[in-house]
Amino acid sequence: MAEALVRLEGLSKHFGEGDARVDALREVSLEVHPGRVVGLLGPSGSGKSTLLNVVGCITEPSAGRMFLDGDMVYDGRWLRGDLRRLRLDKIGFIFQFHNLLPFLTSRENVAVVLHLAGVETSEADRRAGELLEYLEVAHRGHAMPAKLSGGEAQRVAIARALANRPRIILADEPTAALDSQRAGIVMDLLQKVAREQQAAILVVTHDEKVFDRFDQIFHLRDGRLAE
Amino acid sequence: MNLALRDIRHRLGRFLLTCFGLSLLLGIVLSMIGIYRGLVEDALTLARAPGVQVWVVEEGTMGPFAEASRIPGDTREMVARIDGVAAAGSLTFQSVEGTRAGRPLRVYVVGFEPGRPGTPSHVVEGRQITRSHYEAIADRRTGLAVGEKLRLGRHDFTVVGLTEGQVASGGDPAVFVTLRDSQALQFELQPPSARRQAARGAAETSTDTINAVIARVAADVPPERVVDTLRRWKHLSAMSQAGQETLLLRSVVDKARKQIGLFTAILIVVSAVIIALIVYTMTMDKLREIATLKLIGAADRTIIGLIVQQAVAMGAIGFGLGALLIALARDVFPRRVILQPEDGLALAAVVLLVCLLSSGLGVRVALKVDPATALGG
Repeated sequence: MAEALVRLEGLSKHFGEGDARVDALREVSLEVHPGRVVGLLGPSGSGKSTLLNVVGCITEPSAGRMFLDGDMVYDGRWLRGDLRRLRLDKIGFIFQFHNLLPFLTSRENVAVVLHLAGVETSEADRRAGELLEYLEVAHRGHAMPAKLSGGEAQRVAIARALANRPRIILADEPTAALDSQRAGIVMDLLQKVAREQQAAILVVTHDEKVFDRFDQIFHLRDGRLAE
Repeated sequence: MNLALRDIRHRLGRFLLTCFGLSLLLGIVLSMIGIYRGLVEDALTLARAPGVQVWVVEEGTMGPFAEASRIPGDTREMVARIDGVAAAGSLTFQSVEGTRAGRPLRVYVVGFEPGRPGTPSHVVEGRQITRSHYEAIADRRTGLAVGEKLRLGRHDFTVVGLTEGQVASGGDPAVFVTLRDSQALQFELQPPSARRQAARGAAETSTDTINAVIARVAADVPPERVVDTLRRWKHLSAMSQAGQETLLLRSVVDKARKQIGLFTAILIVVSAVIIALIVYTMTMDKLREIATLKLIGAADRTIIGLIVQQAVAMGAIGFGLGALLIALARDVFPRRVILQPEDGLALAAVVLLVCLLSSGLGVRVALKVDPATALGG
């Protein structure tokens, strides 16, 4: 099996100290391999969002080690100063409510990520067009997010997450706001992306209707992992 | 890809409305500066118009604008004979509530001797006064036209010429009449009063009184030399043109200048607070978008650029629109509003600075936004 794109070793995260200390993650160890869509399930407060934030390099862990795309990025402290650049290059995010920038068209929403990475405007536009084509939403390229249906908006959000060809995609409740049919289409797309682009996709969800679409499922309870 | 412009395009109506509100505020600031310039210009206009170098007034006074001054009518001949004086003229000044077609018209009447210093030099329409009595040259601000009648005191004056921009420091437009007519207007009693005075046995007083003598000095003579000579005459006061202008600015318009200056400063502070609040509100409206941008990897300079560019665009559009509004509306103001390019540039620089400083509050909020805010519902 290919090397894991996400590898966590004994990762912990606590908030506060003393009596106010809350252990959000307790020695979590997991691996997510390329081409796989992995579900992260658990009740509210189990630590799912904290884990997503930690893997997304948004929240600093308290202990343990973390490897992304083969590079160790955390070992008791962040090993890189440019975490935003790391996110831009290696990680794509998909949100529950798509979080498209309301002042950009669908195409611009995808191109903006390339633009932030320093890709020339015309090239960014061309690649954004290709991605929208790939996700079968190119005909809505000039529409503003407010004019898109939920399914269309989520496709554009997935296109944006793929813009920089990241190896790791983190999805936070990507189907929660969609009906069964559209949720199924989104999961199909994530599986297609994982297979064709050899990406590792970690999906946090409560949505039971998509539980059977994961290659692997991790359960979190009180910050501990139970596969 | 310019995110600031894209965001402005998205909220164009709201942005333009904000700019319009700001433009009204900045227009008021600009008009206050213009009113101040107009005030100074108005105060100096009549003093500068004759193009003379020396003013002679009543001893112990700072006349004729800052204080009342009365000197005998023959003073002009004495001044004219001083070595170095090329020409001299007598002047009177008084505010008069005249009537035009039965409606009151407040004017500042200047009495002068035609052909001598003090004669209005720029008659933009009509002609100079050629008759001894009852002809007048009025400023356009009176609204009078050539050939129209203006009643001053007991007589109707025919407007034979028009000047432009000749107003008193109080803003009243000037009307030029002959010295004799102005003396009669200023010093002659109405018939019932004259009869009463005669009945009392009071001696008839001379009306050959003037308010000031102005002197044009020969090109090779320093004006201060003539002023020094005149100062040795104990019954008169003399000052140079520069002295007269300094006096006007110091005593006549100083308080108004300070008042307007303070008001302008307050308005600029108010503008700064409003711009800061607008930028802050605009940033607060975009917190989720900013969090998303940070999450997908946008650098701080991209976020700062988004906020600062919008603040500067708002200031630039607000200032441009405000300047345009005031340029179009300045003639509607009852007093002169003078817009000078250097004042406009200075205010533009202040607005730019205020926008940059004000956006600091929005930038501070934006930089504190946790990218995790973008995750979760």
